[in-house]
Amino acid sequence: MGANSLHVLKGINFDVKEGELVSIMGSSGSGKSTLLNILGMLDEADEGSYTLDNVPIKNLNEKIAANYRNKFLGFIFQSFNLINYKSALDNVALPLYYQGVNRKERVEKAMYYLDKVGLAPWSHHLPNELSGGQKQRVAIARALASDPKVLLADEPTGALDTKTSHEVMELIQGINDDGKTILIVTHEHDIARMTKRIVNLKDGVIIDDNFVEQIRATQYV
Amino acid sequence: MFSRDRWDEILEALNANKFRTLLTAFGVFWGITILVLLLALTNGLKNGVTADFGNFATNSMFIWTQQTSKPYKGLPKGRRFNFKLDDVASLKNDFPQLKYVSPRNQLGGYSGANNVIRGTKTGAFQVNGDYPEFIKQQPMDIIQGRFVSYSDINAKRKVCVIGTGVVKGMYDKGERALGTYIKINGVNFMVIGTFKVSNSQGDKEEDANTIFVPFTAFGQAFNFADNVGWLAVTAHDNTNITSLKPQIIESLKSRRKVHPEDDRAIGNFDLAEAFGRVNGLFSILSFVGYFVGALVLMSGIIGISNIMLIVVKERTKEIGVRRALGASPWTIKSQILQESLILTILSGMVGISFAAAVIWGLNYALDMNGPVENFANPSVSMSVVFIALFILVVSGLLAGLIPANSATKMKPVDALRIE
Repeated sequence: MGANSLHVLKGINFDVKEGELVSIMGSSGSGKSTLLNILGMLDEADEGSYTLDNVPIKNLNEKIAANYRNKFLGFIFQSFNLINYKSALDNVALPLYYQGVNRKERVEKAMYYLDKVGLAPWSHHLPNELSGGQKQRVAIARALASDPKVLLADEPTGALDTKTSHEVMELIQGINDDGKTILIVTHEHDIARMTKRIVNLKDGVIIDDNFVEQIRATQYV
Repeated sequence: MFSRDRWDEILEALNANKFRTLLTAFGVFWGITILVLLLALTNGLKNGVTADFGNFATNSMFIWTQQTSKPYKGLPKGRRFNFKLDDVASLKNDFPQLKYVSPRNQLGGYSGANNVIRGTKTGAFQVNGDYPEFIKQQPMDIIQGRFVSYSDINAKRKVCVIGTGVVKGMYDKGERALGTYIKINGVNFMVIGTFKVSNSQGDKEEDANTIFVPFTAFGQAFNFADNVGWLAVTAHDNTNITSLKPQIIESLKSRRKVHPEDDRAIGNFDLAEAFGRVNGLFSILSFVGYFVGALVLMSGIIGISNIMLIVVKERTKEIGVRRALGASPWTIKSQILQESLILTILSGMVGISFAAAVIWGLNYALDMNGPVENFANPSVSMSVVFIALFILVVSGLLAGLIPANSATKMKPVDALRIE
């Protein structure tokens, strides 16, 4: 885009093992969102390599990228990004639809994950009939629906108040306890403290990368 | 391709903004309505005008004699002459391409002096001397009895077939006409049949007030000998009468000792040519109908394309989300294409139905209020409906093409960033 290119990331080298709960921190412009987008195959790195579950991710065309995203990744966005004319259930079922799962199975699975985030009674509500926290929980259920290897969360609590944030983090911790690998981009320290590992980015490089004692969100709720 | 899920997806998207969907659909609805109506009206005009030809076999011509304008073989110019019965036989013999050659004679006429008497009743009717073939050239419905036959011709039987108008004028209500006698110019003829001309426009009354008698009996009774008033000639379907015309006239000229270059001696009216001219006019009119209709439809399609572009723009983020969730570009493209296709086809179908209702209404009004000159039975054939549907499918795809492409042009990461 445009004639002026900007090098956002300048050499990032890190590994995430299965089952980790990692937060990526940094001030705005530090490159954390770009990193997440590359991990999410929404963007491509100019150089370097990226291996996900022993699959080298390179030379992606849009079709393959879409397929990988669908199989390997679940996205959680700051602004939820639910489709506003679809019910909570249909939103959760959408990744399964793109997987080609049949309708009956889709509804069953979607119901299962909605139940898991505690929103089974709201399954037929439209997003605008739900609170912010509920919306984010639907989004989490949607990210889980395709049973991905990795959950990528871009400021999942950025649009929520503290109490709701903690509820959402509690849910995320629970999912991680079940063994799911999760990466969270955030700039809030208290959110980061609820993960097991904090990676600090500044001006496109990692300045520190520490495993931390996880603070359970239940303490606040 | 069209699974139930697809339908749900598409209908959901279209339902998301009902009013706008409706307004957009109206463009196409209107376009196709106008297209179909224009064609139907053209057809109505065509039906009306061709009905003026009656249902006379259209591959026909009429030939009659006039005054010669050139002296030839010692005969002076300005001579009057007649065709004779043996001309008919020789025409049939020389031109196997001809289906029917009917010599005709006529007496009296519609609204002339009274020429028919039965008991105390009198009336003025047109009396035709004809051969049995004539009913095949100008079809009519025999209500009772039969038409003139060859045995009538050979035996010169004084029999007649009378129109419904004659029955009305000469008989009391409910009185049986068959087997009775009417006196035409003082000669008794037995009624052997009654007829009505089913599909004629304008000349209905005149047709109903007509009496047919065998050509030979006509000649004998009214002193026409074997003179022929005029010829009604019909060619077989695979031969155009217009192309045969010069040869036929040439042959008649040589038989009647008329100078070969005497163009005034024999008059003719070429029904096929006149019919062809009218048909040509209507081909042009239907072309205009298609043209104008297609143009109106096109503005509707541009409307759909336009709105789909806006929809895609509005849904940029949604499309980004869908792609993040694993929708391939083709999935997105085909959804946009199908949305536009369904919108076009649905509104088009409604348009066709609406046009059909209007046409039905027109026909109903025509039936109620009686025939209108030069306009009858506006209608379109099924093939026009299929052509219209085809146009709709093509245009629906065209309308969706640009928006579908623009939907996947943006990278998902940029699409997600849009607020």
